[in-house]
Amino acid sequence: MATDSAAVLDGDRLEVAKARHPLAEAAGMFFRNHTAVAGLVTLAIIVVGSLVGPYVYTVDPYEMVWAPFSEPGADGFVFGTDYLGRDLFAGVVNGGRVTLAVGLSAALLSVFIGVSIGALSGYYRGWVEEALMRITEFFQVLPTLLFSMVLVALFGASLAMVTFAIGIVSWTAVARVTRSEFLRLREMEYVTSSRSSGARDLGLMLIVILPNALPPIVVQAALMVGSAILFEAGLSFLGLSDPNVVSWGQIIGSNRPYILDAGWTVALPGFFIFVTVLAISLVGDGLNDALNPKLRER
Amino acid sequence: MSAVSASGRPVLKVRDLEVRFSVKREGLFAKPSQLYAVDGVSFEIAPGRTLGLVGESGSGKSTTALAAARLIPARRGHVEIDGVDVLSLEGEALRQQRRNVQFIFQDPYSSLNPRLRARDVVREPLDRLGIDSPAERASRVAELFRDVGLRPEQERLFPHQFSGGQRQRLGVARAIASRPKLVICDEPVSALDVAVQAQILNLLRRLQREHGLTYLFISHDLGVVQHMCNEVAVMYTGRIVEQASRVRLFTRPLHPYTRALLSSVPSADPTLDSRAGRILITGDPPSPIDPPQGCRFASRCPIAIERCRSETPPLVAHEPDHRVACHRAGEPIGADATRTH
Repeated sequence: MATDSAAVLDGDRLEVAKARHPLAEAAGMFFRNHTAVAGLVTLAIIVVGSLVGPYVYTVDPYEMVWAPFSEPGADGFVFGTDYLGRDLFAGVVNGGRVTLAVGLSAALLSVFIGVSIGALSGYYRGWVEEALMRITEFFQVLPTLLFSMVLVALFGASLAMVTFAIGIVSWTAVARVTRSEFLRLREMEYVTSSRSSGARDLGLMLIVILPNALPPIVVQAALMVGSAILFEAGLSFLGLSDPNVVSWGQIIGSNRPYILDAGWTVALPGFFIFVTVLAISLVGDGLNDALNPKLRER
Repeated sequence: MSAVSASGRPVLKVRDLEVRFSVKREGLFAKPSQLYAVDGVSFEIAPGRTLGLVGESGSGKSTTALAAARLIPARRGHVEIDGVDVLSLEGEALRQQRRNVQFIFQDPYSSLNPRLRARDVVREPLDRLGIDSPAERASRVAELFRDVGLRPEQERLFPHQFSGGQRQRLGVARAIASRPKLVICDEPVSALDVAVQAQILNLLRRLQREHGLTYLFISHDLGVVQHMCNEVAVMYTGRIVEQASRVRLFTRPLHPYTRALLSSVPSADPTLDSRAGRILITGDPPSPIDPPQGCRFASRCPIAIERCRSETPPLVAHEPDHRVACHRAGEPIGADATRTH
């Protein structure tokens, strides 16, 4: 039998290997994906534009500055004016911030709820899982739009309430993904190994299992931002958004009665929503490919 | 038992350990069945010694070890580690006790957290159990890397950048980091190439010599067991059917199952009793779900008699250091029988 010093020869091959974090490799894969990069660039432009735009284009979006329904390009207004004679370009520039903020916070809320419920039920199994999964199913069978409309109608159309209403109806998918990952990972030997090294339940869930469960959750969360933005637009279109805060959805909602006469007042903010959600979807798909390389082999 | 007489208090003492799992059956109102994974197992390991636990997959080897280490619940029984009754420990006391028992797992790919750098893999038990000061931990990790034949510059790498053998060295370093009293090696080389197997086995033996480690060595590879163990216990569907010192078990096996196992191993060693011809057993082990009465091996045993099917043979000492659970222990089988007559 060979002595164990032979392993040193074995080890020499690693002389050149650099310590590359698994995430660094995923990032490399992401940036080789042109569609995903295009989505990321588009998204970056929209985010930066929404953050910086209001300081560059300083027209007040709430101010009635001109005659109503001035067509795009006419009278010096790039996007024209809406039914109250407000500058639509100013609305689009200022509304992006709110739309993105609502989308992001609603997605964060749903990820928080979904990960908590999914992690607990996947980790503890048994009656905890039974109870939490029944709750999840309850939320799954609720008609989401209707339920959030009821919430907003009952508790007022404030921005916080809209965000909450979107978050509370859209966490079930995250919970399912998280649970299935936890069910898979809790059986891994390194989890058993950490437990036998003195890890407590909370530590196992948050420090050992969760980081390894993250890739599909991150993908789900990214796509969630897109659908939350759409959701906010949908609620706004139905008139259920904060009338005092301009967002893309709110512009669409308030101009809805004039959609046949002044289509651009609805189409232009709608186009920005479309591009933003598309960009987010592309980034989400790119993340999926980069983080779950095994899925691509199918 | 030889283990005790050798040198005082056993490191691990298991008495009548039972582990059962509930298995859901089809049908809405069906009561869950009981799977008898481990059904009354007893053994001891003396300090610095190695007990081999052999048997086919599903015989309850790993389950025994996991239950003894309090990683799955035992239904009944008594487990002492260095004199401490571990089955009654709860909460923080149980957590602190974990430093005394560490595992080396079979699959070096799934047993290392892919998100941790090699040094953090080895360091995790120290951090979690609060062993040594943080500064001492770093030097302890360096020492462990040296100990298992890894180089300091490999501390920064991630598990996927190591070969299978090197990963298993990491697993070994991690397992001995907390200076455990008992190391449970659960098929530690089954997933490795033969050449690498030898390196890891020699590493384990060297570490045992240098640090006085005590091993519970689980394997289905009799060659590996013969190389590693002082004493061997053979398991069959949740029970120990034969236990003896290595030499005795390999030269004078008494249980028909053990004899069939040994006769199935091609051996180049003429001191082994391989001349007796092969004993072939057919069929599969009985289902561990609601298992049959009597000896579990009776359905496949070439020399079973009526009594074997009704009466469970107890594990009794046929010789000092040699326990067998068989009504017909040592009776001639097949080829043996024809030859002797």
